[in-house]
Amino acid sequence: MKSLKTKKTPLKILVTLLFVFLSILILIPFWAIFVGTFQEGSMLIRNGLNLKLDFSTANLDNYVMLFTESGDYFKWFFNSVILTVVQVVLTLFISAFVAYGFAAYDFKFKNLLFVCVLIIMSVPFEMLMLPLYVQINDMSLADNYAAILLPFLAHASTIFFFRQYLTGIPKELIEAGRIDGASEFGIFFKLIMPIMKPSFAAMAILNGMNSWNNFLWPLLVLRSSEKYTLPIGLNTLITPYGNNYDLLIVGSFFSIIPILVLFLCFQKYFIEGMTAGAVKG
Amino acid sequence: MKKLLYSKKAAPYIFILPFVITFAVFWLVPIIKSGYMSTQKILPGQSTFIAFDNFTRLFGDRIFKIAVLNSFKYMILTLILLIPIPMLFACLINSKLAGPKLTNFFKSAMFVPALTSVVVAGTIFRLIFGEMDTALANQFISIFGAEPVKWLKESFTGFAALLSLACWRWWGVNTMYFIAGLQNIPEDYYEAASIDGANTWQKFIHVTIPQLKPTIVYVLTISIYGGLAMFNESYMLYQGKITHLII
Repeated sequence: MKSLKTKKTPLKILVTLLFVFLSILILIPFWAIFVGTFQEGSMLIRNGLNLKLDFSTANLDNYVMLFTESGDYFKWFFNSVILTVVQVVLTLFISAFVAYGFAAYDFKFKNLLFVCVLIIMSVPFEMLMLPLYVQINDMSLADNYAAILLPFLAHASTIFFFRQYLTGIPKELIEAGRIDGASEFGIFFKLIMPIMKPSFAAMAILNGMNSWNNFLWPLLVLRSSEKYTLPIGLNTLITPYGNNYDLLIVGSFFSIIPILVLFLCFQKYFIEGMTAGAVKG
Repeated sequence: MKKLLYSKKAAPYIFILPFVITFAVFWLVPIIKSGYMSTQKILPGQSTFIAFDNFTRLFGDRIFKIAVLNSFKYMILTLILLIPIPMLFACLINSKLAGPKLTNFFKSAMFVPALTSVVVAGTIFRLIFGEMDTALANQFISIFGAEPVKWLKESFTGFAALLSLACWRWWGVNTMYFIAGLQNIPEDYYEAASIDGANTWQKFIHVTIPQLKPTIVYVLTISIYGGLAMFNESYMLYQGKITHLII
């Protein structure tokens, strides 16, 4: 027993050192931006980010600016929050509705339609993006939140995940509901939705994160500054003019905080949600 | 109305209706339309049929060829960096060799970069890979006596910066996939291997890898198309400057 312990000790120390080193390496960029929030933007453009908190030049001007004269920053923040909440609630509800249809019934064209779900899920969005953009323009939905929401409410990978989850639910439960006189939709709302709660948590996190950080599609669709979401708004600040970089750095730093707090509270669900795609298909 | 609510025949079609409408309006019709548009010469107010001229022009385009090659190069390099290394991390985390507190901390720390939006991540990395000797990446290489580098202006170092951004953001997520996969392997398999006298390496090759195959295939698939479809990272890091197009 003793020899086994001593044999493993060097390996243990090695792994411990590796973990400490990698943790520091991964967290360095966050420290760099934190330090950056105390620097003048024009200095950052020239000097780049580093790790030293230089007390001779450090000040809170950026924070003061963020809260007093930040232009549209808090509007973007607010837009992002609203859009994320609305998107998550509607996507979960509609996708669960559709998934139940696929999981609980047999009907004509079921397999063909499910293949369509799989196709949308597995074709990279970047390939479908331009045709979709043309369509959105033809429907005169550009610069409208409907363009960001509508194409993704029946969300393919969320439908897929829910269907996998629902195939585990016994058919007897549905039959029992019918015998008790519930309508087909009553069964879904009163019996099925409550037992889907755990899968809702994982998908809420996944969709919420995607929506909060969504960049490419809103960048194409949104045009007026008062409708921008946070990533799009921050992106417009990346010009070397005026005080933009002051606001960009402190604004970027602030945009990480809400999702970081949520992550620290619901870590288990985050990891479940992000890795949900790997469940056996 | 009541009859419709109770009809087992009609119900499934109502359930899947939202998807059918979305699919038709936002995916199927646009794809067909764009297929048709690709054979047209489109000017404001008029379009004429030109068959495959657009395609001939595209495949003859120098920048397009460079872009395709770069996409493949990026994809292959991310496969090399984003699969074996996270697999190793997952095995080390799962082995509980380091203390449980440190292991949990490392797990959380690895995952945090995936939470940041690409705009924020790109901004941080662009400033870390700044041109002056005061930027972090240059400070780091100066430890080894190297001169400051204009990271994002050279194609080789620019690619290195892009890959380091990809590793930073995706190592954590891929590690979580592998941890989930590892936890599905029954302990008995390892015990049986031990009885047969297998060492750690043999266990890894003959038990872990075959059992992880579904996870590996999944991560490989999403990495291939994620790598080929990558736009955001390069857009944010280089800010649309085309000097890096040259391989």
